[in-house]
Amino acid sequence: MKRTFQSLVTGLAFTAVSASQAVAADQVAMGFIYVGPKDDYGYNQAHSEGCAGVQKLPWVKAVEEASVPETTAVQETMRNMINQDGVQVLFPTSFGYFDPHILKVAKQYPNVQFFHCGGLYTEGKHPANVGSYFGYIDEAVYISGIVAGHTTKTSKLGFIAAKPIPQVLRNINAFALGARSVNPKATVQVIFTGDWSMPVKEAEAATSLINQGVDVLTCHVDSPKVILETAERRGIYVCGYHANGSKLAPKGYLTGAEWNWTKVYTDYAQMVKDGKTLAKGTIPHLIRGGIKEGFVKCSDYGPAVGGDAKKDAEAAKAKFMDGSMVIFKGPLKDNTGKEILPAGKEYKQQDIELEKMGWLVEGVIGST
Amino acid sequence: MSPPPDSNTVAVAAAIASQGAAARAPFRWRPAAEAIVIPVGAVMAGCVLFGFFCLFQEKNPIAVFAAIYKAAFGSWYSFQNTLVRAAPLMLTALCTALPARLGLVVIGNEGALVVGGLAATAAGLAVQAAPMPVVIGVMLAGGMIGGGLWITIVGLLYYKRGVNETISSLLMNYIAIALMNHLVNGLMRDPSSLNKPSSYPIPDDKMLPTIGNTNVHYGLFFGIIACLIAWVLMEHTTFGFKVRMIGGNIRAARMAGLAVTRLGLITCFLAGAAAGIAGMVEVAAVHGRANESLAAGYGYAGILVAFVARHRGLPIILVATFLGGILASGGILQREFKLPDATILLFQGMVFVAILYSDSLYGRFKFFKEQGA
Amino acid sequence: MNDHSGSIGWWGVVIGVLAASVRGGTPFLLVSLGECLTEKSGKINLGLEGVLLMGAMSAYAFSYKSGSPWVGVGAAAVAGAALGCIHAFLVSRPKVNDIAAGIAMLIFGSGCAFYFGKPFIQPTAPQLPAIALGGWSNLPQVSAALRISPLFFFGVAVAFAMRWFFGSTRWGMHVRAVGDAPAAARAVGISVKRTRVLCIVCGSALGGIGGAHLSLFYPGAWTEAISSGQGLMAVALVIFARWNPVQCLWASLLFGGAQAIGPSLQAVGISNGYYLWNASPYVLTLLVMVLTCSTKRTLVGAPGALGTAS
Repeated sequence: MKRTFQSLVTGLAFTAVSASQAVAADQVAMGFIYVGPKDDYGYNQAHSEGCAGVQKLPWVKAVEEASVPETTAVQETMRNMINQDGVQVLFPTSFGYFDPHILKVAKQYPNVQFFHCGGLYTEGKHPANVGSYFGYIDEAVYISGIVAGHTTKTSKLGFIAAKPIPQVLRNINAFALGARSVNPKATVQVIFTGDWSMPVKEAEAATSLINQGVDVLTCHVDSPKVILETAERRGIYVCGYHANGSKLAPKGYLTGAEWNWTKVYTDYAQMVKDGKTLAKGTIPHLIRGGIKEGFVKCSDYGPAVGGDAKKDAEAAKAKFMDGSMVIFKGPLKDNTGKEILPAGKEYKQQDIELEKMGWLVEGVIGST
Repeated sequence: MSPPPDSNTVAVAAAIASQGAAARAPFRWRPAAEAIVIPVGAVMAGCVLFGFFCLFQEKNPIAVFAAIYKAAFGSWYSFQNTLVRAAPLMLTALCTALPARLGLVVIGNEGALVVGGLAATAAGLAVQAAPMPVVIGVMLAGGMIGGGLWITIVGLLYYKRGVNETISSLLMNYIAIALMNHLVNGLMRDPSSLNKPSSYPIPDDKMLPTIGNTNVHYGLFFGIIACLIAWVLMEHTTFGFKVRMIGGNIRAARMAGLAVTRLGLITCFLAGAAAGIAGMVEVAAVHGRANESLAAGYGYAGILVAFVARHRGLPIILVATFLGGILASGGILQREFKLPDATILLFQGMVFVAILYSDSLYGRFKFFKEQGA
Repeated sequence: MNDHSGSIGWWGVVIGVLAASVRGGTPFLLVSLGECLTEKSGKINLGLEGVLLMGAMSAYAFSYKSGSPWVGVGAAAVAGAALGCIHAFLVSRPKVNDIAAGIAMLIFGSGCAFYFGKPFIQPTAPQLPAIALGGWSNLPQVSAALRISPLFFFGVAVAFAMRWFFGSTRWGMHVRAVGDAPAAARAVGISVKRTRVLCIVCGSALGGIGGAHLSLFYPGAWTEAISSGQGLMAVALVIFARWNPVQCLWASLLFGGAQAIGPSLQAVGISNGYYLWNASPYVLTLLVMVLTCSTKRTLVGAPGALGTAS
């Protein structure tokens, strides 16, 4: 029955050519999938710039697809890229693509490698051809926090966040810890807008925070553009995120936390070209990196940053580079008074516990 | 001479007579041909418009259309993609199509889908230890009841308080999504869902499987069967006849003694139940849990499918497949032609504007008019 | 440059909501006035969401290219009118369903806006100058809150002008006649089709200007997520306001303020249930409609031909 139906359909239509663009022998074909538009001045754009960066290598061929929702659509896109474009390595960049979509498609195509941004690969539970990568951008946010802590006059900092998920909470906490390491009176007020891209809510949040006396803002939303511009208009300071936004806030931009995905993608491309794979174990399943590995970086300092701030920030950067900096070390309490880490204990950056964070550190006003 | 029958009786009598006449008359090919040529012509006109657009953007329109066709219907693989996309649309379209026969314009499909999905998740989690068919059955019931009740509220507001059903169902969409976000981030949240707040998962082995070794899940069957049931219900049962009478002339229907409110509320419940099944399918066949991906826009796409299919069950299956095909070809436009993601929206818009325009062409062409009497 | 003011606590919530009412309510105001005009003539236009996006995009693009935000506003009106022409053409044909046409135009308008707007997401366009009414205050929050968009004053003027138009002019009466009893209007010699087309096009132009406010004043940027459903909500707003232009003004302020409740409460520390707070405008509308509608009398003020196929 199914066979008749199948042949009926193919009989009525013309058969597709198997791969519309053939891939040359030692080329590496990579596919990038974004959950939003490529030019959102934020998260997706950072990945797209990484893709553009890696495409400069002559032996890399890359295809991109944007605005793919986290539904069966992304499964379809992944299969299309494999079948129609001959892609051997896929980079679905949104967290929500991992379960169940990547897991399902990965099982169907054991020879294709899937690298997910931000997922938590578990040995034994997940297919062998799946891996994950992420950048410890909280290191760069910590530096932003130091600069913010120095520059603020009211000691009130503001953080506009999308949702209280671990990746976001980690950034909020890093910002607060950085600021309080140089300014123990500093507080960080958090407002959650509820979704990744809500310009009106973000503008309202910025305005409300400024009305409450906040004089340095930062954010973790898909596109920081509105927040940067609102801050500049009200004449306060702002730290950027995702990409360099200093053009949008020439007077108020202090510094920012930026991704450097080109480095990550180039590394992967080289590994694949050398014949390494996840299944054989020659590519690690869980790749993470921070300032030291070049996965993330800090924007240049803006005009309002003073000498003291620069000194402390550079000192912290040096400690990140030589591996001696620990952001989350005890004694650490959350903002309800509960103890997270006793004195003497610490979470190293690679600690998996940090990727399950559900608390806000002392000094942050708000709740998860 | 006896007084002429009053208009209401005439209306009822005419309705009955035409039903009978249609059952006995020979098959008329001209109206059937009209019903095919005009929409197909409209689709082609929409494609021509889009072709001009491609020319403006310096892309070869023939190549673009070949790619769209290839990605939508050009192979068994592509057709599977189309079917997967079409399945939820068939169900959500019913949420607008059924009340439309009553004369109500309901656009609450998205909200009913979301509420149905939430209810199905809660129901499924409650019985997750049971064997798979039981879990699916319970989730189906949960989805139908959740979605059904959501649209019944819209019906109640209309019949009891006179609140415009289009507006109230639109508002209920927003409220449903807010409720879903609140629950999925709070009460129902699974802490291990980390960066994508979701409910606890339905166990993998209890989920709705795919059909054979295709990529299409059984949700497609639910969609097709629901449309068939809707068609039979509306066209061939007394219930459907009564509903259509109400839609035709509500005063005449009341005078003929029909229980308008009761029939209306039942229809609203069925409409919401259909969209609720779509929500259940999203959870049971795709995600395995409830989260914000439930609100993926299937509801709004279903509204258009319903209107283009003239609110009838069989055409809904076809139109949903067609729209599914268009949506499935969005990816290839981006990857092969480097067209931005918004291109597929433009294409959809052009084709549907053309199809809607073509609605006005029925009865304008002499060729399709009945010859003689 | 320095706005390093002290906190103002609960007053911050009040001021925040009041200021947000004005700046958040302006797009609602303009779009609902446009929809009001359209519905008074008996046609419903659900495509205003697409018009809003297209207006926001064109305003930003033309402001950027020309250096003047007012050119942007003009472009937004023209873009809105153009989409309105297509919609009017569509619905003036017999047997075309208004709602379906509106949704199709919504998709088309959004598609156009996103497609042509891609190159304008990055750059910064000149913004509309604010009219600063708060110079008398020392508090920076108050003076910032009282920086009002010129389009708000435009909208208020249009609201009152529309009320006068419908109530006291001959053309206004034509529009109302066409909307209430098109057969009678035809009998008297009023061209129903032409009146409706004009109303739809002008209504769309107003909707476009509403979009211009979003991208050229507040939030003051062009992105694909700039709209929070103002175009669709305008249809609800008009019913809420009983098709009375000045009541559209009050309703818009209410909606604009409701948008800011969530963030303002969080700023003073109330952070639970922000999703539910974010749904407050919709719950509010539903509540008011439930309380004020009744089956006994049809919606007072509803144009008679609305929703029928005449």
